[in-house]
Amino acid sequence: MSVWRALAGRGYLRSAWPWRAVAYLAGGALLGAVVLVVVLGGLVVGGALAVVLLGLPLLVLTALAGIPVAAVERWRLRVTGMGPALGGGHRVPDAPGLWAWLVTRVREAATWRELAYAVLLGLVLWPLDALVLFCALGIPLSMVAAPVFLALDGEAKAVKLWTVGTWPGALGVAVLGLALLATGAYALGVVAGARAELVRAVLGAKEDDGERVLHLVRSRARLVDAFEAERRRIERDLHDGAQQRLVALTMSLGLARLDVPPGPLADQLAKAHTEAGQALADLRELIHGIHPKVLTDYGLEAAVADAADRSPVPVDLDLHLPERLPQPVESAAYFVVGEALANVARHSGANRAAVSGGYGDGRLTLHIRDDGRGGTGLTGLADRVSVLDGTLSLSSPPGGPTLLRVEIPCRPRPSTDPCA
Amino acid sequence: MPATTVDRPLRVVLAEDSVLLRDGLVALLTRFGHEVVAAVGDADALLAAATEHRPDIVVTDVRMPPGFQDEGLHAAVRLREERAGLSVLVLSQYVQRAYAAELLDSGDGTGVGYLLKDRVGQVEEFVDALREVAAGGTVVDPEVVRQLLRRRRDPLTRLTPREREVLALIAEGRSNGAIARTLVVSEAAVGKHIGSILTKLDLPPADDVHRRVLAVLAYLRA
Repeated sequence: MSVWRALAGRGYLRSAWPWRAVAYLAGGALLGAVVLVVVLGGLVVGGALAVVLLGLPLLVLTALAGIPVAAVERWRLRVTGMGPALGGGHRVPDAPGLWAWLVTRVREAATWRELAYAVLLGLVLWPLDALVLFCALGIPLSMVAAPVFLALDGEAKAVKLWTVGTWPGALGVAVLGLALLATGAYALGVVAGARAELVRAVLGAKEDDGERVLHLVRSRARLVDAFEAERRRIERDLHDGAQQRLVALTMSLGLARLDVPPGPLADQLAKAHTEAGQALADLRELIHGIHPKVLTDYGLEAAVADAADRSPVPVDLDLHLPERLPQPVESAAYFVVGEALANVARHSGANRAAVSGGYGDGRLTLHIRDDGRGGTGLTGLADRVSVLDGTLSLSSPPGGPTLLRVEIPCRPRPSTDPCA
Repeated sequence: MPATTVDRPLRVVLAEDSVLLRDGLVALLTRFGHEVVAAVGDADALLAAATEHRPDIVVTDVRMPPGFQDEGLHAAVRLREERAGLSVLVLSQYVQRAYAAELLDSGDGTGVGYLLKDRVGQVEEFVDALREVAAGGTVVDPEVVRQLLRRRRDPLTRLTPREREVLALIAEGRSNGAIARTLVVSEAAVGKHIGSILTKLDLPPADDVHRRVLAVLAYLRA
């Protein structure tokens, strides 16, 4: 429920919404007055002292004052039922520490937008808030109180303009005041709503496209990293758990078979033994598909050789990598080669394939060639490579041959850190 | 290879970090009359135990604490460098040609075995392989051999399907007799196939089974 819906509905005057509007505007007037003193004071004092350098930190602090002001303003939106708005597009600093935070804040547009709002609040908005409160609440209230003033002072001044000396006159003014109070309640609601809209428009979530894209790119890379880490964890868990138990089981069954005389029981044991062995083989393949250990231990060159060995289509291999590459690059490249070879086997009808490549000029290059008629499903591969700023291109004329070309910019791992 | 297989009880140092499997392997080896003189759970303990007990054979897992990478394999290779002639049987959860290569390249390539962990389920064959390696033989997992054979290499295409089967069994480290039993043919027929294979691949004829295994493996890995 927002103040706008309340204004449109019935029973506005009896609801809490007029009071909330009053609270919102009064809070705005109060905050604005404080901001005026602090921000303008900071600017003036800081500017004056800047000559002797003392003022510079003060100026920087003042420049950042918009951030808490905006935070309070966003939070205050809930009084009007229109908030709180999402953050105003501040980025998370790249590094921990005060300096990184400061640099990030000073460089982003949101900080300056919020400062501009704070100045607007201090110079224009809060006097308006106060004025509207005075007109729509203060004046009607003073009119309603006219009979009281008459009883106390013998005369009452309505709006300090005309003096009322008689009871009928005072009562008339009071009735008029009540009517104005009702009208004012609506006016307060409208002004509070408009004021909140302004806050939302200026301070609400609003990243410019560049920041947004950067954000997305980073979060996607993080997602892929997390995904990769999760695969390694699953591989480790399966290896340490289910696989060991199955090996132990086949061993127990094998030993049991030694002690059992030929007969139905021996046959059943033999069957169970075979099944357990098959389950173990299946599990081994599954685990290899999740994350091949050879990639972690020996790197991309050995892992690609391994993938080539496993391929049902014969693969000529010419890949030479003198150094280990960063782990995300190795994973992505292996993934691409594995998928491409699987594709060759599944769809292309090729008789042979070739994988070649190497590292040079700050990039890993891979060519996967086959003499088949081309395949499908390379979108996932392109996505996987583009996360690392790499490119993937495909040349597949009708009837083949198909050439998949992958380039990923990277640097070799420092040799002191095998797990980088 | 009955001639070279030792039937005396072997003194074994075992390294396997999973307690479940370690206990199982101890039970299995004991069941066949061998003596596990030390059963340890990481590579450092393996190095220490092998130095202290001077066993006939070391049986180790590839992946062990603290890094869970290939510590067991490296410990095995190091032991072979330090003590020439020490037999080592490495058990791996996966077929990795790189693991097998590292192992076969240590020492002179004799007295080594590289098997998938799955094979311990075939208890009798496993114990045969253990004896074979302890006697100086070379045992390579059939899965590794299958991968080696799958690599495209023209002379291999000149082999008949039967000859390819025989070649795979040679590469796994089987004797003529064992090959004959597996394929259900006579030893003489196996001998003829082997002669034909060695000629087609341009390998020197070898009566010594160990050397023949090594020559075939070297050829396949080249």
